[in-house]
Amino acid sequence: MSTAFDHPTYNYKVVRAFTIMTVVWGVVGMGLGVLIASQLVWPSIFADIQYFHFGRLRPLHTNAVIFGFGGSALFATSYYVVQRTTQARLFSDTLASFTFWGWQAVIVAAAISLPLGFTQVKEYAELEWPIDLLITVVWVAYAVVFFGTITNRKMKHIYVANWFYGAFIITIAVLHIFNSLAIPVTAMKSYSVYAGAVDAMVQWWYGHNAVGFFLTAGFLGMMYYFVPKQTGRPVFSYRLSIVHFWALISIYIWAGPHHLHYTALPDWTQSVGMAMSLILLAPSWGGMINGVMTLSGAWHKLRTDPILRFLVVSLSFYGMSTFEGPMMAIKTVNALSHYTDWTIGHVHAGALGWVAMVSIGAVYHMLPAVLGRKPGEMHSITLINVHFWLATLGTVLYISSMWVNGIMQGLMWRAFNDDGSLTYSFVEAVDASKPGWAVRALGGALFLSGMLIMSYNTYRTVRASDREYALQANTQAA
Amino acid sequence: MNELSSFWSAWVTILTLGSIFGSYWLLASVRKGQKNTTDTNVTTGHSYDGIEEYDNPLPKWWYWKYVLLVLFALGYLALYPGLGNFKGLLGWTQINEYERDVAKAEAKFGPMFAQFANTPIEELAQDDQAMRIGQRLFSNNCALCHGSAATGGYGFPNLTDNDWLYGGEAENIKTTIMHGRVAAMPAWGVTLGEKGVYQVSQYVLSLSDRSKDATAVTSGKAIFDTNCAVCHGQEAKGNPLFGAPNLTDNIWLYGGSEDRIMQTVRNGRNGKMPAWNEILGEDKVHIVSSYVYSLSNQ
Repeated sequence: MSTAFDHPTYNYKVVRAFTIMTVVWGVVGMGLGVLIASQLVWPSIFADIQYFHFGRLRPLHTNAVIFGFGGSALFATSYYVVQRTTQARLFSDTLASFTFWGWQAVIVAAAISLPLGFTQVKEYAELEWPIDLLITVVWVAYAVVFFGTITNRKMKHIYVANWFYGAFIITIAVLHIFNSLAIPVTAMKSYSVYAGAVDAMVQWWYGHNAVGFFLTAGFLGMMYYFVPKQTGRPVFSYRLSIVHFWALISIYIWAGPHHLHYTALPDWTQSVGMAMSLILLAPSWGGMINGVMTLSGAWHKLRTDPILRFLVVSLSFYGMSTFEGPMMAIKTVNALSHYTDWTIGHVHAGALGWVAMVSIGAVYHMLPAVLGRKPGEMHSITLINVHFWLATLGTVLYISSMWVNGIMQGLMWRAFNDDGSLTYSFVEAVDASKPGWAVRALGGALFLSGMLIMSYNTYRTVRASDREYALQANTQAA
Repeated sequence: MNELSSFWSAWVTILTLGSIFGSYWLLASVRKGQKNTTDTNVTTGHSYDGIEEYDNPLPKWWYWKYVLLVLFALGYLALYPGLGNFKGLLGWTQINEYERDVAKAEAKFGPMFAQFANTPIEELAQDDQAMRIGQRLFSNNCALCHGSAATGGYGFPNLTDNDWLYGGEAENIKTTIMHGRVAAMPAWGVTLGEKGVYQVSQYVLSLSDRSKDATAVTSGKAIFDTNCAVCHGQEAKGNPLFGAPNLTDNIWLYGGSEDRIMQTVRNGRNGKMPAWNEILGEDKVHIVSSYVYSLSNQ
């Protein structure tokens, strides 16, 4: 990759490294997703090899896409955005470089330990205690680099994108440390310090805020830089960003109990979780409105700019899934949707439609910039457009098949005969889900093929920038 | 139900209401200073990497949606348990909702099951309507282990083959379902040593004519007579009193290969059939017993 280009003020080296790894982990993580989706359609794929069993690959898929792909995208964009909006170089190049290698080590450790069967069996927090410690150290270094840079800013105010990145960094540290508190027994085995319903509640306090802060606040930070940049328009409303930022971070933290409706969790905890989850709709949509309205006066750009399409469609999916989420948190709706494919569809509306699309748009804008080209100047704009349609179609197929499956499963599980017995045994609902799973695997494969196109486009852009830089260097030398 | 201490109850109540009212206060106070016009091109004056910010008013529809959501949340917490130990005006709990639903189902469906309670199992097995109900009860409750065709699986007996661990008479079947069964094949690995495990397993294999090691069979028979015959019988035909299986019929609950048999002898087995009386009640158990009976008594 290009190491030649060096920005006079900013540290672009670490941004480039994280950007490339965003694409790499995107391909790996989504490839694993397509594999496990296929295992649900053809259960015999790798059925006899324990390391490739669905139960071990599924957490590897989630870790690779959330922390590998999403995490690298957050590191890359936050380092890029914080430098450009404070006009200060990263606080420490050494620490920044440490966060890169440390974070990659975490993902590689996940890729080794999860297939081997080491797990804390907490969703999105499966990694065993030594890896948890490494995450903690990397995260503290990340906080030092980020907030150190903010401190060195050249202006009085702090841009809204940095509020979101900052809230994400602080809250994830707290969530990760408290949810992962465990007593080690051996080098790769530990027991949670919490027990029973408390353990479940702490896990979903973490789990839902992994969504709220890792996959939402961080990516809203991304949105607040790349949407106005790509449209060339001012942000719609400063006022709105204040309300929705503070409301979002103070209300999100309460929403975890909706993952545990109708369980051993006390009634009061469930009610509070549901009430807060509903209020959350308002601050979530505040972010969507502020992003989409920033386009007013620039809508025509959507016709020609596929990067902007990625960003705007991501906001639409964000709005859709943050409407769907509060609805699913209502207990009567949850009674139908819980434990069905609807939940998986909801998560992917956010993960593919929002998180992945906004990251892809941001990478297409930022990668050429950190290679010394103009922002958005990728090797091929046509390929970005192809990628956009593959990603959109893939997401739509994924979500709609999971809606159909989820509602069907929920209805089948609660169907009664005249004698009060259940109409369907569990396996009948599994059997009926198969066509939906096939469509889902197809949707995932389309999304993945878009990522492969992105890899090619990235490779060509890096090569071209290397040549340009060499040429420029030669000219100067002559 | 466990109550929170008054400290924690107050803690939950204050934090919850504080967050809700706090978020409304934030909304109202930020809205207060706004200019209610959107056609301005004036920015806040900040510029970050060329990004400027307008200060447009909060969209009206969004503001009112926010207010409605806050009101809904407050209303919900007034009606349902949420604010610490406050029970909510409706007095709802998930346990009493469950109990109400179960009672309603009992009242509605109870008589339908009760009508078969006095028909003997053998006779009921001929009744089409009862058998349709029985089959559904079986699918809902038993198929998970015994399979939807009742042919069993590893560790779960086949119910269609007339080979019964605890007896196949109508009353035996009903007793098994009503009260469950706990099987206990002890682990012989320590007592017999690996050699002894091998020898006795060879003897067991020979009972279905599958041993190739005649010497081991002879020593194995001696071990069997001393240790195993107590439950499995001198003839190894089993004993339904303990649920000890017949070892001569080449039907195996945990697999009949040499490896599997040695594993069973070495480590023992602890099969468990749950007691369904408390879950289904006797009327339903009676019907499902007839269904199971019908599977091998067509």
